[in-house]
Amino acid sequence: MTFFTDDNLALAEEIIGRYPKPRSAMIPLLHLAQEQEGWVTDEAMTQIGELVGTTSAEVLGTCSFYEMFKRHPVGKYVINICTTMSCALMGAGELMEHAESRLGVRAGSTTSDGLFTLEGAECQAACTEAPCLQVNYRHQYRVTTDQFDELLDELASSDHAVPDHGVLSQIRQHIPKDRSVGAVPPEEVKAAPVWLSEDGDS
Amino acid sequence: MSEQDVNEISVTVNGTQIEAQPGEMLIAAADRAGVHIPRFCYHERMSPVGMCRMCLVDVDTGRGPMLQPSCMVPVSEGMIVDTESDDTKRAQEGILEFLLVNHPLDCPVCDKGGECPLQDQTLAYGPGESRFIEEKRHYEKPIPISDLVHLDRERCILCDRCTRFADEIAGDPLIQFTERGNSTQVLTFPDEPFSSYFSGNTVQICPVGALTAAPYRFKARPWDLEENESTCTTCSMGCRIAVQSSRNELVRYLGVDVESVNHGWLCDKGRFNFEAVNSDERLTSPLVRDPDNQRQLLGTDWGSALASSAEAIRRAGPQRIGIIGGSRLTNEDAYAWSKFARSVVGTDNIDAQLGDGLPAELVLGLPPATIADACEADTVLIVGPDLKEELAILHLRLRGAATKGRTQIVEIGATATGSEPYAQRSIRCESGEAAKALSELLNSDDPLAKQLRDGSVVVVLGRSSVAESADPAVATASLIQSELPHATFLAALRRGNVRGALDMGLTPGFLPGRTRISNPSAMLAQKWQQIPEEQGLDTSEMLQAAAAGQIETLILLGADPLSDFPDRNLAAEAIQKVKTVIAIDNFVTSSVAQADIVLPATAYGEQSGTTTNIEGRISRVTQKITPPGSTRDDWMIATELAWRLGGDLELTSKEDIWREIEQVAPSHAGVTLERVLSNETLEGILVQETSIDLNLPVPRDTPIADGYGLRLISGRKLWDAATTTTHSPSLRHLAESPSLKVHSNDLERLGIPTGTEVRVISTRTTENLTVVADDNVQRGTAVLPFNQPGGSANRFIDATAVINDIRIETL
Repeated sequence: MTFFTDDNLALAEEIIGRYPKPRSAMIPLLHLAQEQEGWVTDEAMTQIGELVGTTSAEVLGTCSFYEMFKRHPVGKYVINICTTMSCALMGAGELMEHAESRLGVRAGSTTSDGLFTLEGAECQAACTEAPCLQVNYRHQYRVTTDQFDELLDELASSDHAVPDHGVLSQIRQHIPKDRSVGAVPPEEVKAAPVWLSEDGDS
Repeated sequence: MSEQDVNEISVTVNGTQIEAQPGEMLIAAADRAGVHIPRFCYHERMSPVGMCRMCLVDVDTGRGPMLQPSCMVPVSEGMIVDTESDDTKRAQEGILEFLLVNHPLDCPVCDKGGECPLQDQTLAYGPGESRFIEEKRHYEKPIPISDLVHLDRERCILCDRCTRFADEIAGDPLIQFTERGNSTQVLTFPDEPFSSYFSGNTVQICPVGALTAAPYRFKARPWDLEENESTCTTCSMGCRIAVQSSRNELVRYLGVDVESVNHGWLCDKGRFNFEAVNSDERLTSPLVRDPDNQRQLLGTDWGSALASSAEAIRRAGPQRIGIIGGSRLTNEDAYAWSKFARSVVGTDNIDAQLGDGLPAELVLGLPPATIADACEADTVLIVGPDLKEELAILHLRLRGAATKGRTQIVEIGATATGSEPYAQRSIRCESGEAAKALSELLNSDDPLAKQLRDGSVVVVLGRSSVAESADPAVATASLIQSELPHATFLAALRRGNVRGALDMGLTPGFLPGRTRISNPSAMLAQKWQQIPEEQGLDTSEMLQAAAAGQIETLILLGADPLSDFPDRNLAAEAIQKVKTVIAIDNFVTSSVAQADIVLPATAYGEQSGTTTNIEGRISRVTQKITPPGSTRDDWMIATELAWRLGGDLELTSKEDIWREIEQVAPSHAGVTLERVLSNETLEGILVQETSIDLNLPVPRDTPIADGYGLRLISGRKLWDAATTTTHSPSLRHLAESPSLKVHSNDLERLGIPTGTEVRVISTRTTENLTVVADDNVQRGTAVLPFNQPGGSANRFIDATAVINDIRIETL
């Protein structure tokens, strides 16, 4: 199964090399797959299974546990409006109603231009800033309906700093092969790590 | 601390003191003491997970009583447990109320109803009513997760038994928990079914009706079932099973937990092939070839069929007769045929194996090991077939020993096998060169050589490919005998009761009780009166003699040489040349279709007796249903024929036969009928004595590959064109159609693209086949499975050669 691009495949192999057991790389690889496609496709799960040496079913089991791994296509921007207590008291319901009529879709769906996916979400740990929402998991605080419209215009104009759905960060950790410390499986670790000893050089 | 303290821990359960082993879980200790704690997820053969919380009990370890899941709490000294406290009862009621929130109350239409742990425990421990008045969770009603298993997610209580079994025991983690919270459900990956060879076990261990097996769905209600304990004879593992029937029809087999053999597990082939017994295609009356139209068989009566069979046997005389087969038979039937052949017909041309097994000398003479020995050995050396395909439950046991125990698995062979994922080392060598590879290993400074020389070793020895003769296996055995004298052997023979048949003398040169024909016991000589002096022919020699016109009458005792003998051309020529073929079988197989006289025999479940598994363990086979039509037990056919030939076997019942076996077979002395009929046979009576001084034949050398051809490797698959599989409607489509697998470099060298039809040339035939590139196949070899529907490798194989090479050409 070939899902990953050549660049991402090389990256995937580097990521696998960081762990003593290939299976540990499953979640980082799911992120990588979501970054490449915007969502996690069945082909991606199959290839991840092959790369880490397990079945596609096991990858699906892990992937489907996490709501932030999307197993269906989503918009370029995923908007999660918090609907939990503080936000609900401060007008999240009205905000959601406004968002639905503005975007022309119900919560949980994607606009026909493929730009926006609207979702209701649980608490985003910003209760003092209610009502709040996230665009591709980036916070927006005390959002009024007017501000919501401005936000949509801004996102549509491409004059903004929000990356496409699936992109985790602009800067990626890269450890060249010669700098790798070499992953040791836990059962082969015999002594305490060097930094734990008092003089630091045992 | 005294020694007793180290070994035993005393725990108080419900006011009674019980002894427990250190590390043992509380629920297991309570079970042994006869205190039942309700449970759903806990299974004694799998690791505990504490998913269902049903086994919460009050545990006091000195800090006051508190509720703890007894499947997750190891026993400790002085622990005070109350499984009937008010808190425990409230917890049980609460858990059951929770489990029933989403569980549909469709018990009246559920297959599990009547034998359902959830139903039973709700009745015993449940609150009686629910406070839940909202809508239950809904899913699409049963979805097939494989060809054999259906999943009803609404009924699932998420106990993790099936998913744990698939991952931990079977090693096929193809079903998983998906989603989270209220929408957690067991699923497969889209378009990747749960096609495990062991999928039926998940149905058996499911504590609700979420998993149901296609062959049993809506067939019967548990309270209508009648049950007998018996032994599966699909392969020679001898798994203990419960045979269940309803209205004189077999409807289900369940695995029974036997410590020494199957641990309660069954393979899907053994579990579901009862459908063949119920088949409408069964032979139910004798048939004879129509004198006016040689192309058809006509129904006849037993009297005339037996008379003409006896006539054909008498006319041929002892030298020009051959008897092939007998692995399907119980020990008692095999003994009757052995006695009939030797003492009435006077021939030693009798062989239960079809040229695809091991010489009887090896099976009966090598130092024996048990399955338990293998699972406790330091190293298990597999030099033989792919156990996952041929002896699936042995594969499961060895996998368990390797993944949970300290046993290391080392395999030597020419192709990738199902053992590879859990093997310490998989040594790949050319076909027929296993002995050479092993010798190189033992004479190197590889740490594995030291491991083999110093530690205990059990060798699982068999034929790794039907396209090679038994010579390489003999060479391996004699190398191990000289280099690793401490090694013991388990013969990887696959046919049902092949071991029992060999023990009963259905092989040239040997008599019942593992004795040579030249050295009969005094009792046997007295009972049998006549014993041939010359060693007879084995199957391969019989077929060669028949093809040369030296055999006049051939008796097929449940054997189908056209499909099962490695060399179809030789078998076809032999059957063509022979004047009379008498077939005793359950179905019209391709060989039976060529027979002149067909005698219908009773099948599994319709006969009682004993069977012997690969390690020599004797266990009981019990009759559950009435045989159809006028089918007869094989021993009755032997006695009838004997009587018509002027002899008398003096055998009148299976019990009678066993009494005689116990008297005349030295290895079985002391295994009295009383023991056989007692509960001892639930675990099986292990018989390992042998009086045979091993005298290994000198193996022929394996010719060196010429570089032009590809060495043919042909192993069997679990799902193939076996008679019982093809007559089981649920199983017959599971066998893949055959394709020739060759390494991509070899194909490139020949300029043949993968997936194309090519001309395959062997010394026997030239035929067209589809070739597929597969880099798991070694270079210079070609893999073609044996006996797949729509084309078997036996057309290409010359059974007289040590190995077989083929060439492939573009069309």
